[in-house]
Amino acid sequence: MTGASTADDLAIEAKGLSKRFGRQLAVNNIDLAVPRGSVFGFLGPNGSGKTTTIRMMLGLAAASEGTISVLGQEMPRQLQDVLPRVGALVEGPAFYPFLSGTANLHRFDAADPHSVRGTRAARVQRALERVGLTHAAGKKVRAYSLGMKQRLGIANALLSPRELLVLDEPTNGLDPQGTREVRHLVRSLAADGATVFVSSHLLAEVEQICTHAAVMSAGSLVAQGTLASLRQSGGRTLRLLTPDAGTASAVLVRLGLTPVTDGAAPTTGVLTASLPDPDGAVAADGVVAPEDIVAALVDAGVRVRGFAVEQGSLEDRFVALTGEGFDIAQ
Amino acid sequence: MLAALAAIPILIAVAVRLSSAVPPGRGPAFLDRITQNGLFVGVTGMLVSIPLFLPLTVGVVAGDTVAGEAGLGTLRYLLVAPAGRVKLLLVKYAGALVFCIVAPLVIALTGAAIGAALFPVGRVTLLSGDTIAPAEAVLRLILIAAYIAVSLLGLSAIGLFMSTLTDVPVGAMAATVVLSVVSQVLDALPQLEWLHPWLFSHYWLGFSELLRQPIGWDSFASNAWLQAGYVAVFGALAYSRFVTKDILS
Ligand SMILES: Nc1ncnc2c1ncn2[C@@H]1O[C@H](COP(=O)(O)OP(=O)(O)OP(=O)(O)O)[C@@H](O)[C@H]1O
Ligand SMILES: [Mg+2]
Repeated sequence: MTGASTADDLAIEAKGLSKRFGRQLAVNNIDLAVPRGSVFGFLGPNGSGKTTTIRMMLGLAAASEGTISVLGQEMPRQLQDVLPRVGALVEGPAFYPFLSGTANLHRFDAADPHSVRGTRAARVQRALERVGLTHAAGKKVRAYSLGMKQRLGIANALLSPRELLVLDEPTNGLDPQGTREVRHLVRSLAADGATVFVSSHLLAEVEQICTHAAVMSAGSLVAQGTLASLRQSGGRTLRLLTPDAGTASAVLVRLGLTPVTDGAAPTTGVLTASLPDPDGAVAADGVVAPEDIVAALVDAGVRVRGFAVEQGSLEDRFVALTGEGFDIAQ
Repeated sequence: MLAALAAIPILIAVAVRLSSAVPPGRGPAFLDRITQNGLFVGVTGMLVSIPLFLPLTVGVVAGDTVAGEAGLGTLRYLLVAPAGRVKLLLVKYAGALVFCIVAPLVIALTGAAIGAALFPVGRVTLLSGDTIAPAEAVLRLILIAAYIAVSLLGLSAIGLFMSTLTDVPVGAMAATVVLSVVSQVLDALPQLEWLHPWLFSHYWLGFSELLRQPIGWDSFASNAWLQAGYVAVFGALAYSRFVTKDILS
């Protein structure tokens, strides 16, 4: 049936997935679809259930309801088949403080019954290189800084070639170079064909590296799709800079827009108006092209000093979906 | 931890050596025999360690098995490696078992060694009145260490179970040690006579048969059965708890 063929295209698929902690629903009936080969951003405010979802994905916690399959196989039933192909960083790195970075990686690699002992030293070396830790590899992890531990955590996820990487807030605590390095790393992993699932609340970062994203809010999945579709559903905004705010406003109303005047500057007013989505259903008939708007304004004698059509940012979309409030939802 | 265990017989030997004479019948059993035969340091060391020191170290080791990894957060990385929950539990328990075997042995052999260094060594008079050569006496020491190792198996299984219940290793360690003390207290109450044969600490001091000629094995066998029962029950509890546990540490 079609179900089987779509499941093959998905690296992660959750159906009606819920997790209850006592009376609280930490994850509430989510349907998640992560396409193979995508770089998938998993967004959401603190406490929205990202790490809890990841724990269920990796078989660390059992779902209260629903199912989750990873690389086409159901978790946690087929955990032993799936997990050797998955590299993970969950809720920050954790290591044996009295062992060196290298020794820690050796220990975790040895815990994987599928890993090949003969290539272990070389693979550990390579993973440390990829995260730029070669020089600190012999140091006890106790003496590592936050960012160094984070890098080691990422190295641990890269010990073997993986089909899927699940990285829970990978750039937490990293310096700008480290953050850039992680971006490069994610891109190169994706270029090699791996699916990368990154949880984060750093929207700028997600915008730079992800092809797809999903947004969690208070345990529910409130949006998911390609990055472009997420941005777009936020709509576009027109910004006009002119000293003739009154006339301009009248012209825009005539064109079917609802301008808002920002009266901050007395000489040059700023008008903003949201534009209908060119791909949306409403756009079919009455859409006005930006160049037509400018022409109409100039015809009416409006002195146009600035004109821009801005794509809604992911941040706008994120705030629109998850609310302005700073307080933790539950 | 093993160093601390080795320190016990050394402490005893040095204390006895420095003090002029021990009046017979005072202090731990066999203490007065040390000056005549250094090998008794080993027996005395084990004897004084049984009620508290050995259970304490076993509690620390067994309580740390799973909870220690959970506390560090490394448990989740071992499980996504994937180490396999059953295998991880078995490996961890095997580690605790090795400790149970090594701990009394360390006391016995360190005791024999320091005793031989500080005191004369000769033929040993057994509780049955027979005497045996020093070489055979060392074998008896090892036999007693084996008896104690078996005695500690039940407690180590309890510790393993405790360790699967919490992410705080100190909690699991404390609970295990407290249980070992409770068991010994209950064993000392004559009103609870019916309960005594079921307490895991009941046979802890019952190795006197091993110091007779011929050696009696009754106590050894009863002890082994009892400990096997505890290992089976608490091993099963630890297993069922750990394979279904949500790892949230
Ligand atoms: N062990 C636990 N026991 C009870 N509730 C928990 C537990 N772990 C998490 N929760 C609750 O589940 C909800 C989701 O937590 P989760 O860790 O998944 O959030 P998150 O999205 O990863 O947040 P952050 O961005 O801060 O990492 C929170 O409300 C939290 O209080
Ligand atoms: Mg989290």
